[in-house]
Amino acid sequence: MEMIPHVAKARRRANPYLDLGSYDPEADLMVLNLGPQHPSTHGVFRLKLYLDGEIIVKVVPFVGYLHRGVEKLCEKLTMVQLIPIFDKNDYVSPMMNEQSLVMAFEALLGIEVPRRARYVRTLLAELQRIASHLLWLGAFAMDLGGALGGGSTLFMYCFRERELILDVFEDLTGCRFHYNTHMIGGNRHDVPAGWATKVHAAINAIETRLPEYETFLITNDIYIERTRGVGVVDGQLSMDLGITGPVLRAGGVDHDLRRDAPYHCYDEIEVRVATATAGDCEARAAVRMAEIRESIRLVRELIDNIPEGPLGARKPIKTPLAEKATQGHAYAAVESPRGELGIYVIGGGDNKGASPYRLKIRAPSLHVLGCLPYILPGHSVSDAVAVLGSVDPIMGEVDR
Amino acid sequence: MNPWLRGLIYAVVVTNVFLTITAWSIWFERKFSGRMQSRLGPTFYGPMGLLQPVVDGIKLIQKEFLIPINADRLLFVIAPPLTVVLALGTAAVVPFGADIIAADLDIGVLYLLALGSLTIIPVWMSGWSSNNKYAMLGAMRAVAQGVSYEIPLVLASLVPVILAGSMSLSDIVRFQIKHGWFAFWPPGPGFFAFLFFLPASLAEANRIPFDIPEAESELIAGVSTEYTGMGFGLLYLAEYLHTLVISAVASVLFFGGWDGPFAPGLHWMVLKTLGLFAGIFWVRWSLVRFRSDQLMSICWRYLVPGGLILVMSAGLWVHFHRGGG
Repeated sequence: MEMIPHVAKARRRANPYLDLGSYDPEADLMVLNLGPQHPSTHGVFRLKLYLDGEIIVKVVPFVGYLHRGVEKLCEKLTMVQLIPIFDKNDYVSPMMNEQSLVMAFEALLGIEVPRRARYVRTLLAELQRIASHLLWLGAFAMDLGGALGGGSTLFMYCFRERELILDVFEDLTGCRFHYNTHMIGGNRHDVPAGWATKVHAAINAIETRLPEYETFLITNDIYIERTRGVGVVDGQLSMDLGITGPVLRAGGVDHDLRRDAPYHCYDEIEVRVATATAGDCEARAAVRMAEIRESIRLVRELIDNIPEGPLGARKPIKTPLAEKATQGHAYAAVESPRGELGIYVIGGGDNKGASPYRLKIRAPSLHVLGCLPYILPGHSVSDAVAVLGSVDPIMGEVDR
Repeated sequence: MNPWLRGLIYAVVVTNVFLTITAWSIWFERKFSGRMQSRLGPTFYGPMGLLQPVVDGIKLIQKEFLIPINADRLLFVIAPPLTVVLALGTAAVVPFGADIIAADLDIGVLYLLALGSLTIIPVWMSGWSSNNKYAMLGAMRAVAQGVSYEIPLVLASLVPVILAGSMSLSDIVRFQIKHGWFAFWPPGPGFFAFLFFLPASLAEANRIPFDIPEAESELIAGVSTEYTGMGFGLLYLAEYLHTLVISAVASVLFFGGWDGPFAPGLHWMVLKTLGLFAGIFWVRWSLVRFRSDQLMSICWRYLVPGGLILVMSAGLWVHFHRGGG
């Protein structure tokens, strides 16, 4: 089936600052508040949609319903106390949050992380990426197919697979979700005996089931109808808005921090970055599926080659005031499943310098949401839900 | 026997049987979807959760029936019972055996289609009277979809009517007992008519992948967004009832109704109906849904022209095979 007119029209970039005064006030322009309580806004996101029939004319996104004041909290708590707080930011990939934070603190304090700890961190990051993308796949299917339909079937399957990775994490850290496994200067939990076998088993199980999910969703005709040409975020728009991660790569921009600004031990291994050119929902999904496969490959490569050596640059820290920085500033960024997750920190705050003076989180999801006013006009309400699902925002990290 | 008394008895029996089957079909679907999704489904009440529909019913009856302050009270209240009445009304002409039929109308198929198309009206009533934007969007979609899919549904149902030369459902079954099921004989029109009938009737009953009127990921719950308690329960029940009737009608029109060896006709009819019913569940729990405009284009571009061709081919078959009939 060829492109229907209003979708084709949406390829032209809409003007998000469109003045609604240009519309006939007598015309039936309906305002629909999609969210903050809505099944498919991934939390508490609100989209104010101006609808002409079912076609979106203008979009105003509202964020902040999940604001918890994390950045302000960072100025009161000490650096050591902050790490478990950061698990709750992007609650789908807590490992990445911890890593970006400790990397910023390590840069601030000038601490060199041992090679073994860097390997373990890379491993955890890649496992977390698989888990996060699996959750995205399930949630995306649910957005397309509904909680009471085929979507929820794939959702269940994806959660079953994600469970395997959470089990592996639980073996390592004792926690299923809020790990607190990273310390400034190293890792807290060493790899237990026999862990590599479990990781291999989990990864193999996921890899054998991935084709099944692709048959279920990605190659399904209805899915292709729903996603092809829908919500095109081209590379230029992404770069204008500071969008990173799979959304940027799906628009044809080959950018990945793991390869372009290596951290951890990414300089020692080769990362094959997946890209697509179309920039629509289908391309974003394809990039994420390729990233799952790439992460599986990286985990296989890493798990058997963890070098010997100490896991931390020093003994485990016992007191909250142990780490102090009286001055300086640092920025560290990791490639989280959603894009560049950066932490900018200025040292020398409260508690005699044990707290940061100021800490800024550069959350990839926030930047991604900025594209919605540009790409949604011209689409229908159903497409808005599909686009929102495909850009994979996590409101915990958007609102902080 | 007094025909009025007979009608009353049949009405009571049909209503109760259909409502009971529907209640337990909800249990069946939950169990079925649970197994599909590597879950257990209901397990708490009764063996294998068999009493779940009873508990659900009690829960829904206990809940308050809220009427939004700006709702159109009259329409809001009468819409849910009306959907159930219409869905049950269609059940009256479905033959479950050679003599097990509430009303053997000469125009059974016409009656069925007429009542089926009426179900759009209470849906629109509930969506409009809720005074809720999501409900109204859902109702708009439901009407557009219902009106469009009415046509392929009628065209697909016409094929067995033409082949059997009768609009009475029991006559259609008797013809199939004599000449073979329409899904298999004559090769072509009957089978393709079934392939057209199924999506069109799924769209009429608002089942995935055609359930855009209540697409819960987009429209919360579509027309039933503002309904609580038994109002919601009835809308929910009507949807299942509609699906059940569709399965029964499809098995009558295309799979020979009560025709089958070894066992009494009723058994075969129930078996075929539940088989199709399970097939519909299977589709529901494995597909994602279309967008509303795609749904329309499927209907008008493929199903309507295809249906016309099918009707024509059925007519030609009758003309040539039976020498002008």
